[in-house]
Amino acid sequence: MSEHEVTLTINGEKVTRSVEARTLLVHFIREDLSLTGTHIGCDTTSCGACTVLICGKPIKSCTMFAVQADGAEIETIESLAAGGELHPLQEGFWEKHGLQCGYCTPGMIMSAKGFLAENPNPTEDEIRHGISGNLCRCTGYNKIVEAIQYAAEKLQAADAGGE
Amino acid sequence: MIPAAFDYHSPRSLDEALSLLKQHAGDAKILAGGQSLIPAMRFRLAMPAILIDINRLNDLRYVEERGDHLAIGAMTREHALEDSSVVRRSYPLLHDTAVVIADPLVRNQATVGGNIAHADPANDHPATMLAYNATAVAKGPKGERTIPIDDFFTGLFENAMADDEILIEIRIPKPAANSGGAYTKLERKVGDYAISAAAVQLRLDGDKVAEARIGLTNVSAVPMRAKAAEAELVGKSISDAVVEAAGKAAAAECDPSPDLRGGVDYKRDITRVMVKRSIQRAVARAKGGK
Repeated sequence: MSEHEVTLTINGEKVTRSVEARTLLVHFIREDLSLTGTHIGCDTTSCGACTVLICGKPIKSCTMFAVQADGAEIETIESLAAGGELHPLQEGFWEKHGLQCGYCTPGMIMSAKGFLAENPNPTEDEIRHGISGNLCRCTGYNKIVEAIQYAAEKLQAADAGGE
Repeated sequence: MIPAAFDYHSPRSLDEALSLLKQHAGDAKILAGGQSLIPAMRFRLAMPAILIDINRLNDLRYVEERGDHLAIGAMTREHALEDSSVVRRSYPLLHDTAVVIADPLVRNQATVGGNIAHADPANDHPATMLAYNATAVAKGPKGERTIPIDDFFTGLFENAMADDEILIEIRIPKPAANSGGAYTKLERKVGDYAISAAAVQLRLDGDKVAEARIGLTNVSAVPMRAKAAEAELVGKSISDAVVEAAGKAAAAECDPSPDLRGGVDYKRDITRVMVKRSIQRAVARAKGGK
């Protein structure tokens, strides 16, 4: 058994903790850092509820050890709403009814944030492809796709309008 | 689910990784992308005493043509294959495969080397690399050596590398003119293993098939070539009857196990269909189509 000191940046904040090597990143985020917005769904690398961004890329935080994230920049769902204002993705899920029980939503939104950064103007097909690693048992996905389309349009309009 | 405890090492160079591996040979497991190993550890199907994490070895991430082959660094993420313009342009069989491995989140972390070294017949790259007649490059205390892919897979989760060797590169021969390839996979849902899948790489000489190699996914205990199916193609002009004969040969020579994805007869028949579809697309591509 080995303990390791890990320093990483999560949602803009630098944290240092000592972790056991076998601690999964998702457990570190939820239990050591008390950021419980990131969910554990299947525990088998199937559902994507635990998706976070690591250096901008969406990955399943149940399938990585916390010690591997030493030096990384991590974003979780808690980073999205700035100053009490919803991020366009959160607003899209609200406006388009992109959630029912809400369990998959943090993972869906973090996946969407990751692929919208690479492809800001996706087709419906590309959105469906982009979220194909995230399972939703309630919505049938149509409303989630609409929510992401809403967010993509809003983010593009904001970019076009300039700061 | 919590994995059993282990000692963790994160070497910063390949030499450091090799010396750790030599020191702990037999007890240590290499951690690449971890998308197969970590789930296995959570289920305690795998309980390595020591993990050597090679994710910091950025020198092992590249996809580029060098001389007569495409060189892929073992730690290249699957996502990078999807994005690679040279893969998209000249290696359609590899591109077909890259976009159907697991799901997009897993592909952001999973590595090409890990997929192959794991030697799981349910993984997609083994069939593709068998069809390409690829070469694995392993490095150990005695230096580098190359292993033809036909000799690489020695059993279920077993490969030809020694305990103190690390897979560092995969080489795919540059396809000759009039070559084409395709990968066709049937899966119940994105992220599941294939019910069956077929990788085909062939070269045409006029109307005739000059060379053909076929790899199959998840229908045998060890990643396999469909050699009887290949024999049905080589030297023949492509016709519906020839393609059907190759599909039937593959269905007969594969050795699937019944599971939640279907029974043996079903999987054999799906294999026939996957092989036929891959041949048809490979031929179309060899003639300059998409």
